[in-house]
Amino acid sequence: MSLRHELWTSALAGFLFATGLGLSGMTNAHRILGFLRVGENWDPTMAMVIVGAVGVFAPIYQIYRRRHHRPVFGNANHVPSSTDINGKLILGAALFGLGWGLVGLCPGPAWVSLVSLHPSAILFVIAMFGGMGLYGWFISISKPNSSS
Amino acid sequence: MGDGKALDIAAVVLPIVGGGLIGLASAMMLLLHGRITGISGIIYGVLIGPREGWRVMFLLGLLAGGAMMFQWRPSNFAMASSGGVVVVAGLLVGLGTRIGSGCTSGHGVCGVGRLSPRSMVATLVFTAVGMVVASLSQEFGGGA
Repeated sequence: MSLRHELWTSALAGFLFATGLGLSGMTNAHRILGFLRVGENWDPTMAMVIVGAVGVFAPIYQIYRRRHHRPVFGNANHVPSSTDINGKLILGAALFGLGWGLVGLCPGPAWVSLVSLHPSAILFVIAMFGGMGLYGWFISISKPNSSS
Repeated sequence: MGDGKALDIAAVVLPIVGGGLIGLASAMMLLLHGRITGISGIIYGVLIGPREGWRVMFLLGLLAGGAMMFQWRPSNFAMASSGGVVVVAGLLVGLGTRIGSGCTSGHGVCGVGRLSPRSMVATLVFTAVGMVVASLSQEFGGGA
């Protein structure tokens, strides 16, 4: 595979992804909290984001599957094969939901919101890096024999 | 009011169209590279490893697309909180998405799109917990 193709198409996909985030309202924490705050003034419209995204992605995934998992560039398939529904998955998802519900930011919109130079966006991303670093550190001390 | 109605239509159509673009970008990564677009995983790769070029380029593409959208629709970029709660939330999101191997993109869009039971469970859990926390914080904290 050509590395050059892999790089520019990844940048283009990132560009499209961020355009979608910005257009849909995902970068507006008030909209996210309006969706997560179920009650009298519940705003369910943000559920349409996942409807639109899955509506486009799911049929294309089926085509990909019928082609026996072979991408255009290269022949390696990196789609996760794990099917385990375990405590780690539930715990992680719950912690993520806790953070998401507190301020209305998930990783993609948080990263994209850096362009606004809003202090809260910068603070959130730094703290998110910290949380990821904590996990990386935990993994590294729990596997003392594997060094990279 | 005509204005009110137009606003309502935009409030539904823009999320669908924006979501469609997110799905299209994820489909591109899948068809071209055989990859699932999970933003937390991509960021973690750049931060901790494997630090591959495509990850860096995807994140730079996100910033470029974001910059364009911010120029066009700055009102679509808004924060609802500040201070300590932002730090706590950021830590939880960083830690939780790694323990649970994914976020709204990897589990939510791609996993649900693949009909992966594992991702559907994760998506239900983080959405349900997010709803409970956001609703309670509004109830008792008077809203952020």
